[in-house]
Amino acid sequence: MISFFLKRLLLLIPVFLAVSMVIFMIVHLVPGDPIDNLVQINSSPEQKAALAAKYGLDKPLYHQYAIWLGNALTGDLGNAIILRRPVADLIAQNLPHSLSLGALALLFSTIVGIASGALAAIYKDSWIDRTTMTLILLGSTVPSFWLGLLLIMLFAVQLGWFPVSGARSWDALILPVLTIGLGGVALVARVTRVAMMETARKDFVMMLHAKGVPPWQIELRHVLRHALLPVVTILSLRIGWILGGAVTVEFVFARPGLGSLLITSLNQRDYPVVQGALLMLAIAVMLGTLLGDIIQAAMDPRVRERIK
Amino acid sequence: MALLSVQSISVSIGQLNPLEGVTFDIDKREILGLVGESGSGKSLTAMCVMGLLPRIGGTITNGSIIFDGRELIGLPEIELRRLRGKRIALISQNPMTSLDPIIPIGAQIDQVSTLHLGLSPEAAKARSLDLIAQLRIPEPAAIHRAYPHQLSGGMKQRIVIAMALAADPDLIVADEPTTALDVTIQAQIIQIMVELVRDRSLALMLITHDMGVVAQACDRVVVLYAGRVAEMNTVGEVFANPKHPYTRELIRCIPRLGQEPGSLKGIPGAVPSIVDYPDGCRFNPRCSEAQEICRGQVPALERKSSGIAACHFSEV
Repeated sequence: MISFFLKRLLLLIPVFLAVSMVIFMIVHLVPGDPIDNLVQINSSPEQKAALAAKYGLDKPLYHQYAIWLGNALTGDLGNAIILRRPVADLIAQNLPHSLSLGALALLFSTIVGIASGALAAIYKDSWIDRTTMTLILLGSTVPSFWLGLLLIMLFAVQLGWFPVSGARSWDALILPVLTIGLGGVALVARVTRVAMMETARKDFVMMLHAKGVPPWQIELRHVLRHALLPVVTILSLRIGWILGGAVTVEFVFARPGLGSLLITSLNQRDYPVVQGALLMLAIAVMLGTLLGDIIQAAMDPRVRERIK
Repeated sequence: MALLSVQSISVSIGQLNPLEGVTFDIDKREILGLVGESGSGKSLTAMCVMGLLPRIGGTITNGSIIFDGRELIGLPEIELRRLRGKRIALISQNPMTSLDPIIPIGAQIDQVSTLHLGLSPEAAKARSLDLIAQLRIPEPAAIHRAYPHQLSGGMKQRIVIAMALAADPDLIVADEPTTALDVTIQAQIIQIMVELVRDRSLALMLITHDMGVVAQACDRVVVLYAGRVAEMNTVGEVFANPKHPYTRELIRCIPRLGQEPGSLKGIPGAVPSIVDYPDGCRFNPRCSEAQEICRGQVPALERKSSGIAACHFSEV
């Protein structure tokens, strides 16, 4: 079991290399030059070349990549061109904001999503089911940046319950968590509901009824437990999404975080920062998937059997 | 008085009427075989006896099911639940899918005795280990901890039997318990069930389409055809002196040793579809002895020289 996950961890290394290469290349394929942002309009080509040489931008791409990766592995993600600070510092400063927002949003989507999905499945075809399904449809179709604006208008501007933006106090987290979390609630609820209804049709559930087990026990101890398996999968895939997908939401709420850092530095063509932030997101996605696998194995003996 | 008496029950599911006037009874210490082709309503009859018909969207429109002097039809669900697993237990068709795949086997057996006998977890476990050992499964403690996918089909079916026995029921309904198993395992499982009935003075309703199993295990037989009872009699009489042409055909279909190669034939035609049952006797399109009356008039289920049968032409 432990050796399996060590092996999985080792397998992440080639994935990491491939991802880092793609990240590095994509950034360099985007048109636009950070040097143009840095120099005055009437600088001479010589001044530009000198600057490019200073940041190593004159070297061939593969060489730049090797330098960047080598440094990144030692924790040095380079210096921000525009912000003029070590990228590692910028990330260390922003990551906690993204993590707290992401973790709370994930927790919120998990608890509310599973509960409402389970209720909808247990009271299938009743008004509870129909109401939940309507909300789920809304939740999964409304874009999060727009939902964020609506929430700001209602709860921050009209009612004044929460701050409009920023991250100065704990209650500034509530609206962003709701904005990111509601989409997750919709997703988790939908998967939970469908998985529960599918499980409820299985032979062993009929057998449980034949054993005289009370229906609520069947739903909670058996059917819901099975339904959680696919939920774990989508949640683990969502960990990366929430950290990175929070991009637009962080921007809407003017919160510090990986997302805002990414957008700002993308606009300024600040390559080192973009690369560093993307690398963090990629690592989050990889670790999220691994975590999902571990939880799956803990919950399902058949998965444990397969990995032996 | 019979332990279970099913009297003339009819069932409807939506627009369909898959059972019509099904009648039989089972005494204590008796093995009753319920035979018929697929679609004849065997499993549905089991669902009726278990009180699980509403789960598959069916309702009993007529008749009565009396178990140990008590009418089951119309009994509230909570009362039925106290009977299910405790006094009437089910052994299902497919042991591969009848156990919860992510819960240890032991816990699934323990569940029955904690639920119905109010045993503590320790007592329930001890009881399950005892049952597993009685079913001649080696290493009960290891099996108790194992998960369903770690066991073979035959082992799983023994576990399902252990689950059925966990609360000491009076009646076991076994719905084709050996269909999904290898032939060699089939014989073992049937043997185990026959012994259980003798040792524990249970009653067993054994649903099967295998006349060989019937001959080997049952005391009496009910033959179902297209949702109606064709014939009911003791095993000896059914094989020696079948009253219904359908029973005769079924017996003719049993392969025998030394039989001329190529001489084994099925019953001509197919089981009629439930949406289009023929008028009169439902067997008439496949019956070599069918007359005009068979096409026009439903034969009554009547007492014959021995047993009961529903055929216009069997002697009285």
